[in-house]
Amino acid sequence: MARMVTTQNKVISTAAAWLVGFLIFFPILWMVLTSFKTELDAFSIPPSFLFFHWTTENYVTVQERSDYLHHALNSIIIAGGSTLIAMVIAVPAAWSMAFSPTKRTKDILLWMLSTKMMPPVGVLVPIYLIYRNFGLLDTRAGLVFILCLGNLPIVIWMLFTYFKEIPKDILEAARMDGATIGRELIYVLTPMAIPGLASTMLLNLILAWNEAFWTLNLSTLDAAPLTVFIASYSSPEGLFWAKLSAASTLAIAPILVLGWFSQRQLVRGLTFGAVK
Amino acid sequence: MATRQTQLLARTLLTPAVALLFIWMIVPLALTIYFSTLRYNLLDPGSEAFVGLENFRYFLTDPAFLASLQNTLVLVGSVLAITILLGVPLGLLLNQHVVGLGIVRLMVIAPFFVMPTVSALVWKNLLMHPVSGLFAWIAKLFGATPIDWFTDAPLLAVILIVSWQWLPFATLILLTALQSLDEEQKEAAEMDGARAMSTFIYITLPHLARPITVVILIETIFLLTVFAEIFVTTGGGPGLQTTNIAFLIYSQALIQYDIGSASAGGLVAVVIANIVAFFLVRIVGRNLEA
Repeated sequence: MARMVTTQNKVISTAAAWLVGFLIFFPILWMVLTSFKTELDAFSIPPSFLFFHWTTENYVTVQERSDYLHHALNSIIIAGGSTLIAMVIAVPAAWSMAFSPTKRTKDILLWMLSTKMMPPVGVLVPIYLIYRNFGLLDTRAGLVFILCLGNLPIVIWMLFTYFKEIPKDILEAARMDGATIGRELIYVLTPMAIPGLASTMLLNLILAWNEAFWTLNLSTLDAAPLTVFIASYSSPEGLFWAKLSAASTLAIAPILVLGWFSQRQLVRGLTFGAVK
Repeated sequence: MATRQTQLLARTLLTPAVALLFIWMIVPLALTIYFSTLRYNLLDPGSEAFVGLENFRYFLTDPAFLASLQNTLVLVGSVLAITILLGVPLGLLLNQHVVGLGIVRLMVIAPFFVMPTVSALVWKNLLMHPVSGLFAWIAKLFGATPIDWFTDAPLLAVILIVSWQWLPFATLILLTALQSLDEEQKEAAEMDGARAMSTFIYITLPHLARPITVVILIETIFLLTVFAEIFVTTGGGPGLQTTNIAFLIYSQALIQYDIGSASAGGLVAVVIANIVAFFLVRIVGRNLEA
């Protein structure tokens, strides 16, 4: 009897969960479907869900007419570059705070967190003027720099929570065996830290890829990543839904794949370890 | 000896990060404060003059400020309410025995990884378009008049888009918290004859209090500065109907080139964000000691 109820519950909750999941995912699915329609089909009422003339011409047009690859390359350089630089600065800092904590470590960590709380719009004016005067507007370097600084607190925090979990006894054992700090770092710490390093990089890549405040305000064409490229579709010029969908699908596909791999780290990284 | 060496090394390793973040925090903020006391318009160069608190008086008494403050509060409040009220049941549902949970979870989390400009434009055109959007078609199926979202209910439209982006975040965090809930406690309550409802109210909900607080605070930080979604859909309009504080400051700085007033507005935004940040930092700090 009890077993019956469980099976029944399982069926109900499974059906409900799939339905809700499908509804939430639907806009993305709809976008992908639309990207394979002709502009006329994309606009037609009643909409056709699967039985339309499938075409890949939108993907070709998007590249030919608006140089999609140029913006994709910008996204890769800006997201990748800012992530790498942030890691180079953050790994030593997090390592130091996790393994040689002082009385002030907690204060420093919380202070770093508080810099992330500053609304970007609060410093838009000075950043814009500085960038204008130094010729950094619409440059990849300028965007790499600002996204790196913006995400640095999250990177340090995530690395810190990962490093914290590496047992200290192992380090002491290595030290007893006469390992120098350099050797300790390379042979003992690094292998244990790699999963944490990887997930931190992944989350930061996602955040930088999707960042849409600084990229919209500080770049227009040369350095414009995909966020800005997509925004250019906001001014309607005739029938453009299918092309918008194709460009959007290309823009989110890589990050969706990465994101799905990093769900658990997402919680940890975005709550600063407050929820694990 | 060794410890002192280690300490020195530790400090050396920490310094670049601290220095960079310190500069990042202090220089733009100091400049914002400085600009906020100037009459300074990029279209009228050479006319810069010290005006004291005039910009603040101007910004705070500008009807656009009150309108945008109200829009900001409505936007943040509504999105928080929607994401929490839907996120809790959704988290509970995904915590049940669901066949193919992995795939369902992927579908639920997906919107969070979509860049803001894409979500906004896909919703605006493919779903909410008054003639050819999917919602209009569904409305007509049921014999209703389609809503012209961005004319008749622009703020609601923005709220729906932003809620769709943040629902996965709330759900994922609440689900993670639920998974760490002690099953034995729940089973004991069930053995004692507690109904599902009272188990939820007396055991599950108190357990969720902390993650819910975290969700509220973190979402608030990000929602206070929603920008891209407004930028690509409504441009703050019609009128001021979807202008929030972030967008108001942007338009004063980069459309009207009024640096002084925009800086004053920026500082107001910093103060509002700091009030929220104060509570968030305390919660995270408490967790750090545990």
